[in-house]
Amino acid sequence: MSEPTEPRTTEPQRRLTRATTEPLWVRCVLIVVAMVFLGLFLFVPLAAVFAQALAKGVQAYLDSFRDAEALAAIRLTLITAAIAVPLNLIFGLSAAWAIAKFNFYGKNILITLIDLPFAISPVISGLIYVLMFGMRGWFGPWLAEHDIKIIFAVPGIVLATIFVTLPFVARELIPLMQAQGTEEEEAARVLGAGGWEMFRRVTLRNIKWGLLYGIILCNARAMGEFGAVSVVSGHVRGETNTMTLHVEILYNEYNFVAAFAVASLLSILALVTLAAKSFVEWKFRHELTADRAPSI
Amino acid sequence: MFLPLSGLFLKSASMTWPQFLQAVADPRVVASYRLSFGASFIGAGINAVFGFIVAWVLVRYSFPGKRLVDALVDLPFALPTAVSGIALTAIYSENGWIGRFLTGLGVKAAFSPFGVVIALTFIGLPFVVRTLQPALHDLEVEIEEAAASLGATRWQTFRRVIFPAILPTLLTGFALAFARALGEYGSVVFISGNIPMRTEIAPLLIIMKLEQYDYAGATAIAVVMLAASFVLLLIINLLQWWSGRYRTAAMT
Amino acid sequence: MSIEVHHITKTFGRFVALRDVSLKVPRGELVALLGPSGSGKTTLLRIIAGLEVPDPGSGAILFHEEDVARRSVGERKVGFVFQHYALFRHMTVFENVAFGLRVLPRGQRPSRSEVHRRVFDLLRLVQLDTQADRFPSQLSGGQRQRVALARALAVQPKVLLLDEPFGSLDAKVRLELRRWLRRLHDEIHLTSVFVTHDQEEALEVADRVVVMNNGQIEQVGKPDEVFHNPATEFVMNFLGSVNLFHGRVEGGKAYFGPLAVEYPEHDESPASQARVFVRPHDFALMLQPDGGPCFKAKVVRIHSAGPQVKMELSSDFGQRVDVEVPQDRFHSLHLAVGSEVFVSPRRIRVFLEDYSI
Repeated sequence: MSEPTEPRTTEPQRRLTRATTEPLWVRCVLIVVAMVFLGLFLFVPLAAVFAQALAKGVQAYLDSFRDAEALAAIRLTLITAAIAVPLNLIFGLSAAWAIAKFNFYGKNILITLIDLPFAISPVISGLIYVLMFGMRGWFGPWLAEHDIKIIFAVPGIVLATIFVTLPFVARELIPLMQAQGTEEEEAARVLGAGGWEMFRRVTLRNIKWGLLYGIILCNARAMGEFGAVSVVSGHVRGETNTMTLHVEILYNEYNFVAAFAVASLLSILALVTLAAKSFVEWKFRHELTADRAPSI
Repeated sequence: MFLPLSGLFLKSASMTWPQFLQAVADPRVVASYRLSFGASFIGAGINAVFGFIVAWVLVRYSFPGKRLVDALVDLPFALPTAVSGIALTAIYSENGWIGRFLTGLGVKAAFSPFGVVIALTFIGLPFVVRTLQPALHDLEVEIEEAAASLGATRWQTFRRVIFPAILPTLLTGFALAFARALGEYGSVVFISGNIPMRTEIAPLLIIMKLEQYDYAGATAIAVVMLAASFVLLLIINLLQWWSGRYRTAAMT
Repeated sequence: MSIEVHHITKTFGRFVALRDVSLKVPRGELVALLGPSGSGKTTLLRIIAGLEVPDPGSGAILFHEEDVARRSVGERKVGFVFQHYALFRHMTVFENVAFGLRVLPRGQRPSRSEVHRRVFDLLRLVQLDTQADRFPSQLSGGQRQRVALARALAVQPKVLLLDEPFGSLDAKVRLELRRWLRRLHDEIHLTSVFVTHDQEEALEVADRVVVMNNGQIEQVGKPDEVFHNPATEFVMNFLGSVNLFHGRVEGGKAYFGPLAVEYPEHDESPASQARVFVRPHDFALMLQPDGGPCFKAKVVRIHSAGPQVKMELSSDFGQRVDVEVPQDRFHSLHLAVGSEVFVSPRRIRVFLEDYSI
């Protein structure tokens, strides 16, 4: 390989010289067009949530949260996430580990299975659960016999959420772990580290930020899922409503302020997620996988 | 991959072939397909055009607030679909902030197919932008310099050199946005108004059938949608293979 | 067309790439910009091309007496060849070469048949006419670079600029291609400037060599001149291998080790510390002293696999010395590791210690 030539710029950014950039007026027009487009489709809706929530004043806004059903919805959402995220974390770690480090029969099936929730509509995801556990479904009669309610009850919601958020952690970790290879772990083994210790010190340290990233995304989706839970939930106020479903109910009753108030909480969660995501990306760019195509 | 799933569906629904066709070919259902596919296509198309501009501007220019804007592009991704659904409806309904102007122009936004397109554009936005950004970033500056040294104007360079190089990625982004929009439920179901034969989307019909305990009917619709997703996934993979054809492994 | 640049300065942030550089390239010559990384050679080339803009306050850039500093790269009618070819991957070889012709303004654009003719003429020139329908990914590195060259020549530029054109190629291909470039230049006599860090390449191919270091020009001259009469210590050190002795100069003589050698060049200078440079092949080896200045040394290592024999000697004043002698001389001396031999410098070059660069 030839020696590198002298540095062309001191910034890491692309080198844009007179020859490779557009005249000023073109640039301005493009920026304006881009901002207007984003404004119409991105900024305005976000602002609208808060504007509507506060439309009748701060007091009315805060009162929406005193409502028992709203609190129940919030509680259910939190519980669901608290179950789904750790489970998927463990699943994701194990699956990524297995896929990255070993070759086994059925590996490709596992990979496809992991991508599945991404590729299909959330409604269809919910449909699968109904087909399996609903009254007329596969396990329906058996469940009815044992008086276990899954569909139209909390367990169904949790299961559906788990399914929908399954891929997030795994998808983050697989390319990361594949890229890192097994050498470091083998080295640790040779130096005498036990299994758990090796995992803790070597593997975990390497994937730390990818893991965090995956958890952030997983959590956001778990709390925000609507389509799938809508199918499996009984829509019973105060019992089987997550925050998103509660928003729907309030809105359909024309109780706009309350609806947007709950929505505003979810929006804040979304913004925090984005902020956390940006932070992790910025700080540890090199430790996250290079392929940043968005997940469906 | 999807064949086993479809098989699973059909079996559990225990339908005969004629029954299946009847459920799927119901005019209301067909109308929902048309809307789902059509609106998704248009929405993805809008994203392809404007998303390209956004990606270009974010990668190549600097302006105040760029970092913030870049982070916000992921918003449709992070925001729960129900929230975006009610937010968009609020804005685009007749006395909404933007709906107001549109009504003045005689255009109905919310509770019309147009509203559906708006919601689906929102949903697909990050897909085009985020797919394009790394590709644009990786474009070698040298080929643009080479084109310039050969006398090409900036527009010629764009049309003949940059755009063809980035086209496969753009199409991939388009396909991803399209696929996502097809399955979308939460953000559309509010703004569409769910008017039968006009603004009902396919996922909504699935839910309706389920509520009526018409498992078979719901499954039938789902199967058609799955088949479509499968085809799309195939196309996406083909696209990525095709774009790989031009990429050389190493230059030396 | 001749090229002249006057007082060019270029900084990138805090890094000064070029400091007040002026250069003249006579018409029809093939000139090499030679230097290590960071010397500013590529920056200079790109400024001539118009791909970079010199800092305000810099002087003119003249193509045949005409100041083109304000013109964009496209307007300067230069042919530029990049180190990594920069071929348009989605176009065939033919389309790549035809590109420059196809983007000409309507009025000047040649007809399809004309384009076809000219492209094939060029492809024949670079011996790739059979590959016209291939894509760059199907070609070897050497072939790709020839396509890049043909593409650059298609628009009939007045000046050809090449940025480390052979840097990405294997050693053997590099050799072939540089000879080929020289022959091409002899045929078409286009004023050409190429950048390289490979001194062998520069000395072998160019009509004139510009040695650069740290953003400035150290010396300009024919390959012979810069090699045998280096103007500065840097040039001496950079081109070819060299032995360095610390000594002093006094009254027209250079003193280093046990030696005192006549060196009239510094007759006028007062006594001062000096650095004495001797090239390995400028030493004579003898089994007995011959009366002239010489020192004793012991053979430490012998490398005889090559056109000359290279030896590492350890002098009796404690310095390691590299020498090079022709094969037959070596054999006639019957030397082996551990042998003692007398070494006499035939040609030295002295730079005074406070010689500022």
